Amino acid sequence: MSATTLAERRSALGFCIYCWGTIACLIAVVWASFAYLSLDLSRLLTLESGRSMLEFIARFFPPDLSAGFMQKIAKGTLETLAISAVGTLLAASAGLVLALPASGRLGSGFKLATRFALNFLRSVPELVWAALMVLAAGLGPFAGTLALALHTSGVLGRLFAESLENAPPEPARTLVESGAAPGLAFVYGTLPAITPQLLAYSLYRWEMNIRMATVLGFVGAGGLGQMLYYELSLLHEPQACSVIIAMLALVVLVDAASAWVRRRQMRPGG
Amino acid sequence: MNLPPTRQSLRDPNAPARATWALIAVLLLWPLLLVAEFRPAELFDARNLKVMGGFLGQFFPPNLGGEFLALALKATVETLAMATAGIALAMLLAVPLGLALSHSLSISRIGPGPGRGVGEALRALARLALLLLRGIPEIVWALLLVRAFGLGPAAGVLAIAVTYGGMLGKVYSEILESGDTRPARVLLELGSGRLMAFFYGLLPGSAQELASYTVYRWECAVRASVIMGFVGAGGLGQLMDQSMKMLNGGEVSTILIIFLLLVLLADAISNAVRSTLA
Repeated sequence: MSATTLAERRSALGFCIYCWGTIACLIAVVWASFAYLSLDLSRLLTLESGRSMLEFIARFFPPDLSAGFMQKIAKGTLETLAISAVGTLLAASAGLVLALPASGRLGSGFKLATRFALNFLRSVPELVWAALMVLAAGLGPFAGTLALALHTSGVLGRLFAESLENAPPEPARTLVESGAAPGLAFVYGTLPAITPQLLAYSLYRWEMNIRMATVLGFVGAGGLGQMLYYELSLLHEPQACSVIIAMLALVVLVDAASAWVRRRQMRPGG
Repeated sequence: MNLPPTRQSLRDPNAPARATWALIAVLLLWPLLLVAEFRPAELFDARNLKVMGGFLGQFFPPNLGGEFLALALKATVETLAMATAGIALAMLLAVPLGLALSHSLSISRIGPGPGRGVGEALRALARLALLLLRGIPEIVWALLLVRAFGLGPAAGVLAIAVTYGGMLGKVYSEILESGDTRPARVLLELGSGRLMAFFYGLLPGSAQELASYTVYRWECAVRASVIMGFVGAGGLGQLMDQSMKMLNGGEVSTILIIFLLLVLLADAISNAVRSTLA
C-alpha cells in the first residue's frame, strides 16, 4: 500500500472528530434521559403487560357506528376543520405582516423586536394558548381558533421571514430602479418568487393545525377533541374509537389534499 | 418590433384567475367563520375582560420563590428527558420502517424478477402502519397510554415515540428518495445488500438532512412533552395545568418564561448539533 493511499485512508477514517464526539454526546444524553426518568422498557415487553395491553385495545372494538353518533361526529369534524382553517388563515395574514420587519426590511431594531415576539408566540404551545383563550373568550371553538392563530403566526412569521430573506433581491431592485413604488416592487418583484413557498408552509401548518384543533378540545375549545375527552372520561371506549377513526380520516384526507395542491403548484403554469 | 404598450398589454393576465380564487375563498370562508363561532366582540365582553385582566395582572411579578423555582426546574429537566428518550425510541421505530419504505433501496424494482408484488405489499403495509402512528395526535396517544400504563412520564415518552416514529419514518423515506439515488442503485445492481447500499450510497448524501430533520423533530418533541402534562404524563405541563386551574398568574408567568427559555435553548442546541453534523 502506497503512502498516499494510507494518508487518504487516515483522513477518511479520522475525518471528523467532532462528528464522533457529537454522536457520543448524543448517546450519553439519551442514556441519561432514560436513567433520569427511570424508565424500565423491559417491563413493557413481558407477557403479562402484553396481555393487558391487548385487553385494553379490545375494549375499543367494535367502534360505535350508530347514525346518531355519526351525526355528532360530523358536526365535531366540521367544527375542527373550521377552527383549523380560520386559525391558519388568520395566522398566515399575521405572519406575513410580522415577517416584513422580522426579515430586516425595516431596520435591525424592528428585526430584533419582532423576532422576539415571534419566538414568544411560537414557544407557547397551542394548548396553553387555548387554556388562556378559554379565559379570555369563553368556552367554545372561538377560543381554539384564537389559540391556533396566535401560535401559528409565530411559526409562520419566522418561516416567512426566512423565505423573504432568501428571495432573490434582483427583481424588486430592478422595479424600484425603474421607478416603481417600494410596495408595488415588493408585490410584483418579491412576492411571486416566494408565493409557492408561503403557500406550502401555510398548507403544512394547516395540516398540523387540524391535528392540533382536534386536541384543543381537551381544555374546552371545541371540536372532536372535546368529544373524545368526554367519551373517554365516561369510559365509552367504542364511541372514543369512532372519534379517533374520524380524526384519522380527517388527517388522511388533508394529507392527500395538500399533496395534490403541492403537485399542482410544482407543475409549470399550473 | 417595439410596439407602444396598449391598454390590453398592460392588463394583468392573471386577473380572471385571481378574481375567481378570491371569490371561492370568500365563499368558503363565510360558513367556516360561522362554524368557528368567530365573534371577536366576545374578547371585550365585560365578564371575560375582568377574569382575564385579573389573571394577567398577577403575571407581574412572576413567582420566583425558591421552592416553586426548584419544582419548575425539576419539571423542566423531566420535560427535556421525556423528549430525548421519546425521540430515541422514535428513531428505533422510524429507521427500519423508513428504510423499508424507501423505493431507492428496492431490489425488486430494478429489474424483472420475483418478489416485486410482495415488496410492494410490504411497503403498503409499512406505509399504513406509519399513517396510523402519526395520524393520531401525540396527546391522544398519551391519554390512551396513561390509562394503559398509569400516570407518569412513561406514557408521555411512549406517546412521543409512537407519533414521532410515524413522522420520522415517513420523512426519512422521502429524504432517501429525493436525493441522488444513483449511487445506491449502482451498488444494488452490482450485488450489494440493501443495508450496504444505504450506508455507502444514500447516507453520505442525505445524512445532514436526516440529522437536521431529526433534531428539528426533537425540538417539536420538547414542546409536545410540555403538553403531555395536561393529561397527567408529568413534566412542565402538569405544573402549568395545576397553576392554571388555580388561576395563579404568578406561577403561570414563571412557567411561560421557562417555556421561552426552553425553546430558545432547544433552538440553540439544534443549531449547534446541525452545524456540527454538516
